[in-house]
Amino acid sequence: MDFNHSDDRRMLADMLGRYLQERYAIDTRHAISNSQAGWSSEHWSALADLGVIGALFDEDVGGFGGTGFDIAVVFEQLGKALAVEPFLGTMMAGRVLARSGGQHALMEKVMAGGSVLAFAHEEAESHYDLAEIAMQATAEGATLTGTKSVVYQVEAASHIVVSARVAGSPGQETGIGLFLVEAGAPGLAIRGYPMIDGGRGGELTLSNTPATLLAEDGFSLVEDAVAAGVVALSWEAVGIMDRMKADTLDYLRTRKQFGVPIGKFQALQHRMATVALEIEQARSAAINASVSLDDPRIKRERAISAAKYTIGRVGTLVVEEAIQLHGGIGMTWELPLSHYAKRLTMIGHQFGDEDHHLARFTALSMA
Amino acid sequence: MNLDFTKAEEDFRAEVRDFLKEKLPKRISEKVRTGQRLTKADYEEWHAILNERGWLATHWPKQYGGTGWSVAQAYIFDLETALAHAPRIVPFGLSMLGPVLIKYGSEEQKSYWLPRILDGSDWWCQGYSEPGAGSDLASLKTRAVRDGDHYVVNGQKTWTTLGQHADMVFCLVRTASDGKKQEGISFLLIDMKTPGVEVRPIILLDGEHEVNEVFFTNVRVPVENLVGEENKGWTYAKYLLTYERMNIAGVGKAMAAFDHLRQIARTQRKNGKPLAQDPLFAARMARVEIDLENMKTTNLRVLAASEGGPASLELGAMLKIRGTEIQQEITSLTRRALGPYAQPFVSEALDEGYNGDPVGPDYAAPVAVDYLNNRKLSIFGGSNEIQREIITKALLEL
Ligand SMILES: Cc1cc2nc3c(=O)[nH]c(=O)nc-3n(C[C@H](O)[C@H](O)[C@H](O)COP(=O)(O)OP(=O)(O)OC[C@H]3O[C@@H](n4cnc5c(N)ncnc54)[C@H](O)[C@@H]3O)c2cc1C
Repeated sequence: MDFNHSDDRRMLADMLGRYLQERYAIDTRHAISNSQAGWSSEHWSALADLGVIGALFDEDVGGFGGTGFDIAVVFEQLGKALAVEPFLGTMMAGRVLARSGGQHALMEKVMAGGSVLAFAHEEAESHYDLAEIAMQATAEGATLTGTKSVVYQVEAASHIVVSARVAGSPGQETGIGLFLVEAGAPGLAIRGYPMIDGGRGGELTLSNTPATLLAEDGFSLVEDAVAAGVVALSWEAVGIMDRMKADTLDYLRTRKQFGVPIGKFQALQHRMATVALEIEQARSAAINASVSLDDPRIKRERAISAAKYTIGRVGTLVVEEAIQLHGGIGMTWELPLSHYAKRLTMIGHQFGDEDHHLARFTALSMA
Repeated sequence: MNLDFTKAEEDFRAEVRDFLKEKLPKRISEKVRTGQRLTKADYEEWHAILNERGWLATHWPKQYGGTGWSVAQAYIFDLETALAHAPRIVPFGLSMLGPVLIKYGSEEQKSYWLPRILDGSDWWCQGYSEPGAGSDLASLKTRAVRDGDHYVVNGQKTWTTLGQHADMVFCLVRTASDGKKQEGISFLLIDMKTPGVEVRPIILLDGEHEVNEVFFTNVRVPVENLVGEENKGWTYAKYLLTYERMNIAGVGKAMAAFDHLRQIARTQRKNGKPLAQDPLFAARMARVEIDLENMKTTNLRVLAASEGGPASLELGAMLKIRGTEIQQEITSLTRRALGPYAQPFVSEALDEGYNGDPVGPDYAAPVAVDYLNNRKLSIFGGSNEIQREIITKALLEL
């Protein structure tokens, strides 16, 4: 047993962490997040040069990572810096491209930082259910029609992986195909908007939009991409939680009321102890999920749902306790803590909240 | 035991409903219902409508222009106005300063300031907290030094809610530093237009300008603006806080918010069924509904026991803790109910007259902001930790 990352991964994490600390401080992050684009292509290319994008993909497509722990070290650092760049969508869509073969030229460009991808799956009626897909592909699979909801950084993407029905009806796992659509394709429209936790997202509407078929029976690829996405989000959350814990501990040590640091009050000490304990549980859940990525389906998906359930539950606890223990100052825009709190809350709204994954864990256990 | 309201009280409820139907402007109730931002003018318009009917000062005796209502009537009024999506009555003048002046103010102060609160001449804000004095309010440092007919005030207040709108601020200031810190505090009324008063915005995590810092540099305040006696301000401040905490339970607001949540849960779909039928979500809703039903009766019990005066500190504390927990849980469930649509944030959609398309369901826009903003409920008005201190102090008698 060894709970240490390999040297390569540790070096990657250190390098990424240092870059973000030096060049992506919170004011820079806010400026990028509030900009018209809602991300920075300059940082994106710089990080690609450092190999951060390549680390998300395996050797078959020209990357040098792609395992659960490669994803883990990258997203943990991105979480600590509250980075808004389109890593999640690029990783998830790229994974589909890699698994479905082909698109080597595109993947090469992506890893070099020259192209951004988005993953467009969920729809207005989905409410996290991966099979609740109504986007329609024509019989020949040449064009798509329908709308995808809340697609992260979709405006940034040159290519979008889109799921659509080639057969069956919403709710069925069979008959979901995966397609590649180019930004600017005929009939493609994006309603973009800012996100409450930074960066941008958009509603993607396609009407008779030409598309390239990637996989006819794509549900297992969707599950695989979402599993990797949940690993990424779990580690992003762990990075955020660690930062919020450190900030709150600092505050408990330094803020004085009634003549003593508020950390002297036992009522607060016990609350902090619970927060710390739960964060360790969340980290373990994220480790379990990372290990599981290559496991057989049921085993993997149980670990994925266990992790997302834990991250959702603990995330809410950490957000609410960290703000409360700070008092009024915890509510302010000026304090980085409030932005970590928003992002952590919203991670609970991506690819399933705690209730969704608790129910899913139960269903998988009975399967 | 009988939990029914009397016939007279039920008649009163009908009267309130008729009044709301006729007088509450649709423009304003729609903004409240859909979670849009209320402007100063919106609040002033609603206050004026209530004042015309004589229903603005629900906690004041009749002789001062108040309603003179029983606690049951005030409760019914709170509930019905909340359910009809009326704006809240801005509490600083009406629920906080008013009762203090009525109990401790001079005749001149009452006859000058109370009518001005009623007719909206003065918008008041509350100057209690300071950067170093939050939970430990009595350690406040803003100083007032007597100089002839004036006090000269220096220092800083913070978290001043809607201070950007205010004409006047009621302040706790230090007038003595020897002896116990509670015994050197005075209650002073300060005109915000006095030279040396500066208001700076604090932006909250939702991006909104709701609170402020207020700086005082050699601000000259006439001595007739001292309420009661010098160095007795702590007594008045505590009296005011009991009123503040009664209002904070917010049963009417919670009921309106729960209705809204129920509607959303019926509309949102999960696994091909309404979210309201999802077993886990339904259980979450049931828990908060049960808590709310219990809270309603607890609140009425406290009100009945306190007829004619504010509740004991520990009962007020219980209402404050559970009332705010319920409100926060409802905003949390509403956020959860939206799924991915909690994340998009189109700020302009919260302004009156926005006519762009909504992103996702039309009720989505204010939901995440509401959840985030309502974290304040367990922090202000005496944090919930401080309320628990109050309860155990009273119970343990250690
Ligand atoms: C949105 C908002 C609006 C506000 N509006 C106003 C206003 O209009 N006017 C005004 O005067 N003030 C206002 N306040 C201030 C509010 O009353 C204070 O924030 C509150 O009293 C807490 O003080 P603090 O923020 O300094 O936190 P602190 O007192 O520093 O508390 C930090 C943490 O320590 C805990 N703590 C402190 N002491 C103890 C103890 N003895 N035992 C256990 N735990 C303890 C607290 O509960 C909290 O969790 C507002 C605050 C907010 C957030």
